[in-house]
Formats: sequence, C-alpha cells, structure tokens
Amino acid sequence: MEEIYLDNSATTRTCDEAARLAYEIMTKDYGNPSSMHMKGVEAERYLREAKATFANILKCSEKEIYFTSGGTESDNMSIIGAAKAGARRGRHIITSSIEHPAVARCMEMLEGEGFEITYLPVDPSGMVSADTLKAALREDTILVSIMYVNNEVGSVMPIGEIGAAIKAYNKDIVFHVDAVQAFGKYRINPYKENIDLLSVSSHKIHGPKGVGMLFVKDKTKIRSTVYGGGQQGGFRSGTENVPGIAAMALAAKMMYESFDEDINRLYELKEYFTGEIAGISGTHLNGPLGRAGAPHIISVSFDDIAKSEVLLHSLEERGIYVSSGSACASNHPGLSGTLTAMGIPKNLIGATIRFSMSVHTTREELEKTLLALKDILPVLRRYKPR
Amino acid sequence: MYRAFLIKYGEIGTKGNNRYLFEDALIRQIKYALKGAEGKFELSKEQGRIYVTVASDNYDYDSTVAALKRVFGVLWICPMLQIEDNGFDDLAEQTIEYIKDIYGDKHFTFKVKARRARKNYPLDSMGIAAAIGEKLLEANPNVTVDVHDPEVELNIEIREHINIYSEFIPGPGGMPVGTNGKATLLLSGGIDSPVAGYMIAKRGVTIDAVYFHAPPYTSERAKQKVVDLAKLVARYSGPIRLHVVNFTDIQLYIYDACPHDELTIIMRRYMMRIAEHFAAEEGSLGLITGESIGQVASQTMHSLAVTNEVCKLPVLRPLIGMDKQEIIDRSIEIGTYETSILPFEDCCTIFVAKHPVTKPNLSVIKKSEHHLDEKIDEMMKQAIETTEIIEIS
Repeated sequence: MEEIYLDNSATTRTCDEAARLAYEIMTKDYGNPSSMHMKGVEAERYLREAKATFANILKCSEKEIYFTSGGTESDNMSIIGAAKAGARRGRHIITSSIEHPAVARCMEMLEGEGFEITYLPVDPSGMVSADTLKAALREDTILVSIMYVNNEVGSVMPIGEIGAAIKAYNKDIVFHVDAVQAFGKYRINPYKENIDLLSVSSHKIHGPKGVGMLFVKDKTKIRSTVYGGGQQGGFRSGTENVPGIAAMALAAKMMYESFDEDINRLYELKEYFTGEIAGISGTHLNGPLGRAGAPHIISVSFDDIAKSEVLLHSLEERGIYVSSGSACASNHPGLSGTLTAMGIPKNLIGATIRFSMSVHTTREELEKTLLALKDILPVLRRYKPR
Repeated sequence: MYRAFLIKYGEIGTKGNNRYLFEDALIRQIKYALKGAEGKFELSKEQGRIYVTVASDNYDYDSTVAALKRVFGVLWICPMLQIEDNGFDDLAEQTIEYIKDIYGDKHFTFKVKARRARKNYPLDSMGIAAAIGEKLLEANPNVTVDVHDPEVELNIEIREHINIYSEFIPGPGGMPVGTNGKATLLLSGGIDSPVAGYMIAKRGVTIDAVYFHAPPYTSERAKQKVVDLAKLVARYSGPIRLHVVNFTDIQLYIYDACPHDELTIIMRRYMMRIAEHFAAEEGSLGLITGESIGQVASQTMHSLAVTNEVCKLPVLRPLIGMDKQEIIDRSIEIGTYETSILPFEDCCTIFVAKHPVTKPNLSVIKKSEHHLDEKIDEMMKQAIETTEIIEIS
C-alpha cells in the first residue's frame, strides 16, 4: 500500500543526504571533537561547519549557536537557565497559554519554585497579540517565552512586534522563542525580531532525531543547566553528537535552498486542501486560514465522529498517517491545551485531526486523502462509539 | 554460593501410575522457565524430587529463583549445598561452613532433620542429626537448639550425594502445565482475562488464546498490549498460540440490525461461537473467560446464562466469585496489572449502549439474532479465515 505521510509536525522523514552524511561520520570521521589528535580535529570541523550554516541562516555569529539533544532540551535550557540567571532581578515570567509541553511544563516547575507566571490568552484563531503582551509586562518581568508557530493549529505569533514591545519596555527582559515548528518555514532573524533565545529541532526539518539547536544571543543573561566536561564553552557539556549535528545542519541548509518556491507550493496545497475540506459537511478548520497561518499545518474538527482516534485509524488502514490533536499529547488522556485556549467546544476537541505537510507532499496525496475522508466520514457518523 | 536447587512438588506426587507423566511435564516446564534465567542448568530426577544444578560458571541466583517461582507444580524451592560423601567429619565441617555462609552472625534456634536414604551410611538418621547438632553448637555460639519450633530447619540428606539445605522458598503450587489438556482463553486487554488464564494454567492446563480486534475502533497499540499480556501469561503457562480475530464487520452488522441495548450480549455470543471454533481446531477441551458475577451488565447471572447457551464446551470462569479488588490484587501479584491498565480501547466497550440489558431473555435475544441471518454465516467464515495467528513464547 502506498504511504501518505501527513504527520510532518510530529516528525519528518530524514532526507537521504542527511542520513548519508550521518552514516559517513559515524563510521569514518567518528572522532571526539575534544580529542587533540587528527580524528578530533576532523570531527570538530563538522561542528564549525554546522555553526556556520546556522549563523548564515539566522544572520548571527557562529559563537551564538549551541547544539542540544532536541527542541525539548533547547526549551528547558532557555527557560530554566534564564529564570535562574534573572531570579535576583525579578520573578515574573510571561508565556502563552498554547505553548508546547516542553515550555509549559518548565513554567509549572518554576511556578513551584516561587516564580510568578502570566499565561497570555489567545484569540479564536490561536494567536497571541502584542497588545495583551504589552499589558502584561511588569517591572519584575525577567523572561518572555512565546512560540513562533503553534504545533497544533499552525497559528503564527507576531514575534517581531512582541520582541519590539519587550525591548522597548525593558531591554534586560530575555525573549525566548520556541521555533520548532517555524524553522525552515519562515526566514527568522533574531536580531531584527529582538529574539535572545531560539529553539530549533532537527527532526522536524528532515534531520535525524535526538539533536537540536539553541541560539543564544551574545550577552544574554543565562545560566547553564548542564554540567560536565565543559564542551560548547561550558554552556552545554557533553560530547557533541557530531553526526546528528552535521546532518541537522545539512537538512537546515536544504530547507532554505529553494525556500520561496517550496513555501509557495505548500500554501497552494494548503489552500486546495482547506478549500475542499470546507466543502465537506460538518467540518471546522481551526487556526488562521491561508497565508495568515503556517504553510504546513491544517487542523480540522469533525462533527459527529465522537473520537478522532477512530478517524485516525481509519485513515491509517488506507496508508494515510495523521495526528489527533497534537502528536506530542495524543498518547495522553486529557484535552489539547491549544484547542481549549482557542475556545473550541469540548466535543470538537476530541474529534480533531491535524494534517501536516512537508516539501514531499503532493497534490495527488491530498486528493487521495480527501477521497478517503469522504469515504470514511459517513461510516463513522453512522457507527458512533460511545 | 548456591549451585543447586531441590524442587519439592506437591499434588503431583500423589498421582499413582501417572506420576512419571507429571514429573516429566514439571521438568519440561522448569526447563522452559529457566530460559528466562541467566545461566545454564541441568535437571535430574531422584525419588520424588527434582534437582536443578547450575552447569555454567556464572549464573544469576535471583533470576533463577524468580523463574522457578513461576513453574506451576513447584511447592518449595530449596537452594542447597550438594557435596560428595567424604566421611562424617567432612560433612560436619561443610555443614558448619554452610551455616556460617548463609546466616553469618545471626542468632537463631535450629533443629537438624536428617534422612538416610542410603542405608550403608555408618550413622542412622537420628545419629546424624544428633552428631551434626552437637558439632554446630560447638562451632557457633550464636545458635541454640529448639526441636519443637526452630527458626531454622537444617536438612541433611544422605543419598548418592549429600544434600544440605535450610531455606524454603515457596513456589506457586498447582500442577505442571501440560498435564491437564488444553483450554482456549478469551483474552482482552483488561485486568481480568490474563488472571483467568493464569489460574487455569495453574491447574496444569495448556493455554490457547483468542483476541477480538476491531480496527479502526481499536488501534494497533491495543493489539500490541494484548500480545504483551499474552507474553506475561506465557511466562507461567508456557507458549500460547494467540488468534487475532478481526471482529469489526460483525460488530457493525450487529449494531445495524439488533437493538442497541442487546448489542454487548449478542456480540459476546458471537465471540463465544468463534472461540469455540478455534478451540475445536486446536483440540481445546474448554473455554476460559475472566467473567465474575455482576461485574458489568454482560456478567450478571442472566447474561452469563444467555452467553453460555451458545457453547457446547465447558466455559471455565475461575474469577466467577471474586471481587474486583481481589482480581486486581492477583493481577498485581502475577505482574499483569501495569500492562492491563494502559489506556487503550477494548472492542467490548466501544459500542456499549447507555443502558444495556442486565436481565436478557434468551428467546428475545435469539429473535434479535434472526435479524442477522442474511449475512452472519458468511461474516463468521470471513472472520475465521482472516484470523491472524501469533505464536507467543
């Protein structure tokens, strides 16, 4: 059976070039970048190249690029590290009510340690406004963490506006952006957008799993939370995952090679798919439509299907892979935080499917998915489990 | 320090001329269980007892005992010191050394129980016990004799070798699997059915299983959970042949054609029919379910009677008189609970009506089933033909 993979916000297929490079490094240039001999120097060269690649994409200095084990670690290091470094100046932190658990759980932890957290509400399309943020800023605010693109509905936050508002109020407030779903889909410029810390994950951009990037703007007040052999300037100890890092950098570079063309094509696909979905009765599109939202994420709630899992598995029987709500949360009971914050009714939250595309997605695949949906929905609506 | 175990078995010792069959089955099950332990072992049989001897340089005591504790038919596991007969003085010395190794400086009361199976040994049983006791008292100031209620019962057995043991680890009891025919377990992802399978296997019955899968209403992970549960039961029962029946079409057909409040009961009757088909195919002599009276609507006395009516084979319901908490306790004990409570759907619960019948009437149910006459035979055939078989070991 042909495989139609529409779960690219959960993870992507590692591109052949990145996989080959990782294999080469694992089996040939396998040295430890800290070793003094030739093998170590060779390995270190891959790290330098990777830093240069990211510095080039983000228009920043190579010294501001750090490598981590993934988006979750980048988010944790940023939030906990900035909170610890800023604790003496103040104990107020601002975030949104639709963050990924890698951010939200850190906030809960800090709340337990005596920090005060303000959770900004979102509008019905899942967006945070710069005005609500401005109103929440306080004298004792030390950190703001807002995601670039929401992972469940693809809403895009006005990061530039928010960054400007923060720095106009107090330039010492650290601004962290979780860009896991945005990197590779937007041209991100931390200096222009006043971003101090930026998290990126490799496996969402056709790189391997278990590796990520963290941009730390020069002079940002942050404390390390990982101690050990002093690698990466002592900020993130641990032998670098050289094959993963090199493969991630290559994948990142490729995301921006035919960027405009790819993004345009994704938006055309999104427009086609959402248009057709709107034509099916009993469907609700969540998040901003068209170019107001991210190019690759489409969230749809279905009337009268009781449970999204059944639709998910029905699509799976036809070789089509999607997520219910958010992939990260779908193994856990309980409802999606984003959809709840957007004010979507409970019965629809449990009946929501996320379709997420990649550069490999074709119109033909979407056509087949739509046909499958038209086929499945009447059956599911007839046989409704409890 | 132990390199051998004496396995004592209970009921099977009493089975007359069939005894060797039971012993062979027990040895087979011990061998199977020991595959899960680290090390190599040799098994031997001697007059109503089985010896497990370590045959590799290294082995892991804890995993070996854990494996032996899973073998039905085992009453006691006695880790022992087995020595050659080099005269009484050597025996006394080794016994003193053994006590020191096992109990160290501990204070305790003891008695010696000696048995002389080899009659050419110079001392008789009473004599051995008295002499060893004396030597031990001399050598170890921490011990005192108490012949009525000793804390340690030191056993000395003079056979071809000499066995010295004093620790008794309880086994699960029951009878060795393979001595009592075969039965087919209706296995779901819940708490009850794995426990039911365990309990019937404990009586020496070989287990087969049937699971009803209902994609897309139940997921691949739900099926994996059932496979995992079957593996946990197989640690006790030995290999299980698991039949995975695709039940979706039948379920939807019943949903279409029959009153919704009768859905579960009719569905269960078809499950029994399919399970009985596989039971016949596999030479099973009965069905096993995890039902207990009154637990849910489909398990009231009335419902059980209506479900039972389709079966020709006896339906074994070992949990029938147990409360939920008792079943949970047992499932924790045998190690299936944590897997059972993982949150994946079960085909029995997805289409449950808000108010299912609790006192179904057989003739009413039969009448409803007539609504299925047109297609049900074909669907049953289809479900049986497309059944996937997974060998669990």
